Amino acid sequence: MARVIVNVPATAKRGEVIEIRTLAGHDMETGFRRTQTGELVPRNIISSFTCSYNGEEVFRADLHPAIAANPLLSFTTVATESGTLEFRWTGDNGFSATQTAAITVV
Amino acid sequence: MSRETRAMQDDDATSPAALWLLDGEAQWNRKAGASGKGCSDCHAIEKMKGVATRFPAFDPSIRKLINLDQRINLCRLEQQKAPALQLEGRELLALSAYVGKQSRGMPIDISVSENTKASLDAGRATFQRRQGQLNLSCAQCHEQNWSKSLAGSTIPQAHPTGYPLYRLEWQALGSLQRRLRNCFIGVRAEPYAYGAQEYVELEYYLMWRARGMKLETPAVRP
Repeated sequence: MARVIVNVPATAKRGEVIEIRTLAGHDMETGFRRTQTGELVPRNIISSFTCSYNGEEVFRADLHPAIAANPLLSFTTVATESGTLEFRWTGDNGFSATQTAAITVV
Repeated sequence: MSRETRAMQDDDATSPAALWLLDGEAQWNRKAGASGKGCSDCHAIEKMKGVATRFPAFDPSIRKLINLDQRINLCRLEQQKAPALQLEGRELLALSAYVGKQSRGMPIDISVSENTKASLDAGRATFQRRQGQLNLSCAQCHEQNWSKSLAGSTIPQAHPTGYPLYRLEWQALGSLQRRLRNCFIGVRAEPYAYGAQEYVELEYYLMWRARGMKLETPAVRP
């Protein structure tokens, strides 16, 4: 089961730039490591992250091997109206996690 | 530890150890074993405040010095009637981090009694004994040469104030025993198995040595 933590300010002023931080629990196995017997450990990473604000995509990131385990992504957006932010991580082996957070804009 | 690492540790929103705390909290409330009880059925989590500052401690029922992980497993075996969790496994680390977090900011409070005096001396002896192919003792680095550099990293004074902690090098949470194993391998000595009494005695000595320092569990270290 995927474990994710998102940190969004509960309230913001209209037009304010808000910082959003997300943390996803994932091994981020690069696909370049070998076991003691020499077999390649298959790649298993989060490959994409998106954040949408009331249905509109405001941030997207492509992740690659060599990004550390449990990736922390921090980004900003402009608080336009009250609503929900939806976060989605997708990756290898059908990995998928979603989380939502509410924000009140005054 | 750098300023950036400390900032990461002190902010629950960026500390990767928070992922383990979530797991720990879920496990604390989950029913397990033949008794059908969870940790929370006997203990209120608020009552766990300060507990981690007193471990390793002597357990009167098995008359042995044990660390917090072993104490949790003892509860699982005797109270929950569930199989013991694997040492250094994700579940046990999560639970121990969750219990440890309740004591965050409290001073380490290790007591020494007649029952534990021998263990303290054994731990001190291990700390001062030269070992491995490099023939180094813990004390040679961590008492005589702390603050100097070892391959670009500053040698710390070996105060275990934040275990289990998230080590960026491990990219995961790990216990003090895993960290000790690291140093054993570093001096080319053969490490003990997880849960070995020698490790517990060394943990006990180190925690006693750090008494009065504030607990930071779960910490973040490079």
